[in-house]
Amino acid sequence: MSIAEPRAAAATKRSEEYLWTLNFGPQHPATHTTLRLVLQLEGERVVDAMPEMGYLHSGFEKIGEHLTFNQYVTVTDRMNYISPMANNVAWHHAVETLLGIQLTPRCKVIRTIIAELARISDHLLCNGAVGLDTGAFTFFLYGFYQREVIYDIFETLCGARFTNSYTRVGGVSHDFTALVIEKIRSFLRTFPKTLDDMERLLTRNRIFVDRTKGVGVLSREEAIARGATGPVARASGVTRDLRKDEPYLAYADYDFRVCCAAAGDCYARYLVRMQEMRESLRIVEQALENLPAGPVNVGIDQRTALPAKTQVYSTIEGTISHFELAMSNRGFEVPCAESYAAIEAPNGELGFYVVGDGSDRAYRARCRPPSVLHFALFPYLIRGHTLSDVVAVLGSLNIIAAELDR
Amino acid sequence: MDETSAGAMSAAAATPAHHGVAERFGGTRQPPFRGQERVDIPADRVGEAFCFLRDDGYDLLVDVTCVDYLEYRGAKHRYGLVYLLAATADNRRLTVRVFLDDPAPTVASAAPVWPAANWLEREVWDMFGIRFEGHPDLRRLLLPEVFTAHPLRKDYPLQGRGERHNFPILTRDDG
Repeated sequence: MSIAEPRAAAATKRSEEYLWTLNFGPQHPATHTTLRLVLQLEGERVVDAMPEMGYLHSGFEKIGEHLTFNQYVTVTDRMNYISPMANNVAWHHAVETLLGIQLTPRCKVIRTIIAELARISDHLLCNGAVGLDTGAFTFFLYGFYQREVIYDIFETLCGARFTNSYTRVGGVSHDFTALVIEKIRSFLRTFPKTLDDMERLLTRNRIFVDRTKGVGVLSREEAIARGATGPVARASGVTRDLRKDEPYLAYADYDFRVCCAAAGDCYARYLVRMQEMRESLRIVEQALENLPAGPVNVGIDQRTALPAKTQVYSTIEGTISHFELAMSNRGFEVPCAESYAAIEAPNGELGFYVVGDGSDRAYRARCRPPSVLHFALFPYLIRGHTLSDVVAVLGSLNIIAAELDR
Repeated sequence: MDETSAGAMSAAAATPAHHGVAERFGGTRQPPFRGQERVDIPADRVGEAFCFLRDDGYDLLVDVTCVDYLEYRGAKHRYGLVYLLAATADNRRLTVRVFLDDPAPTVASAAPVWPAANWLEREVWDMFGIRFEGHPDLRRLLLPEVFTAHPLRKDYPLQGRGERHNFPILTRDDG
C-alpha cells in the first residue's frame, strides 16, 4: 500500500480553508491517557496533527532533586505506570552507575527477571490496547488477565501490585522466596498457551491486519534520525537492543534473540511486541533456573544497602552500618560527577542522567523518556491516513502520558 | 546482532570515540567517567561540531538535557547542556557538553542535524529558558504558554511561586 501519494496531496492542500479541525483529547477513551491532538482534517483524511502534552506534568525531575536516591524510586513508579518495575530497575541502574556499585550476582538475576516480567506486562497492555482500539475486545481481555497474574507475582514478591518501588541502591527490597519462584514457574508454564491463543485471535485476523498493515510506516532512516528506540525502532529494522549491545545486569549470560521487522508499520510493531514476549519468557526461564545463591544486597563494606537484621543484631559492623545509613547526616558517599545509564525498557531506551554533588540526593535527575520521542513521531506517521487510523498509530507507539509529562 | 558486544563499553574506550572533535572545535576532552566518553564544546562552534559528529557516525541523538550549576560546588558556568549521542552502527556513545551563561543563554539548535532534537530542545527551553537558534518551533513543551518561569532552574522553588493558585478560573458562563 502506498502512502506517498496522499501525503503529497496533503502538503499542497494545507493552505486551503475547507479543512476542519478536530480536537482529539485530552479526555478521550482512545488516548488511554491524558494527551491532546489537534487534527486538521480533509473529510476523513488527516492533513496534519499537532500533539499537545503537559496535562499530567507533575515536576518529577524537580522532585528528584529533593528526594534521596532511595526515596525517588517511588516517583519512578509513576512514570511509566504500565511497567513500574522496569522504571525502578532503570533508576537504580543509573544511580549505581554513578556510585560505581557492583551488584551481587543474585541481585542482577533477580532484577533481570522482574524487568522481563515488566516487559511482558507492558507489551500485553500495549498490544491489547491496539486490539481494543481496532475492535478486538476479546484479545484485550486475554492480555489483561495475564497482567493480573504478573501483578500477583509482584504482590507476593514485595507486597505492592502496581507501584512496586522494588529496587534499592545496591539491592532490592525483598529477596525471592520459594513461593515467588513457584508462581513465576507456574506463569512460565501457562503463559505460552495464552500467547498462542492471542496470536490465533489477532495475528491473521482480517480486520486487524487491514487496519494496521501499511499504516503509520516509519522507515529505518527516519526512525534513527527521529530518535525512536525499542520496539518502535526495531519494527523499522533498527537492530538496536541495549540488552545485546550494552549488556547490563545479567543479560550477557542468556540466550535470546533481538526481534526485528522491516515493514515499520503498526502491524510490524504489533508482531515485534508479540515476539519479544516469547523471548522474555526464555530469558526469565533461563534466569530462574540458574538463580545464584548468596546475598541479594551488596555487603556492608559498600555502605549503601541496609544490612540484614541478623547481621545488625549479632555483629558490631552491622549495627554501625545500619545506624550510619539510617542517620540523615551520614548516608552514603556520592561522587561529584555526572553519568548516564540506560536500560532497554519495554518502550525503548529508558535512561537517567544523574548528577551527584556529594549528598545523598541527586543534583539533577534527568529522565530520558522514550515516549516523548515516539509521540513527536506521531504527526509524521499519521499524515495522509484516515481519522480511524489515529487510534491504531497512537496505540502502536504505546504513548504513556505520565512518562511523557513526568 | 553479534554476541561479542559484551565488551562494547571497553572497546569504545579503547578507540577514541570523539575522533578529535574536541581539538578540532576548540573544546576539551574530559577524562572518561565510568567508561563514558565526554567532550566539552564551546557554545559558538556547536553547529559545526554536530555536523561533524553526525558524519562521524553518531546518527542517534539519545537525549538533550541541561543542568543548572547555580549551587554546584566549583562550577564555572551556570548552565551545562548535555547531548547524549550514540552510533547505531558500532555502538559508540559520546556525551557532549556545552556550557552557557546568563543573561541570555543561547545556542545553535541541533534540530537541523538530528530531527529528534526538536521536542527535546523545546523541553529544555521550557524548563531552563535556554534559547535554541534555528529551532523550527521553539514553544514550551510541557507548561502552558502563559507560564513565565523556567522551573528546573535552581533558583525556582520546589513548591512554585503561586502560579497554580493564580491561574484564571474559567466558568461555563465565560465560554
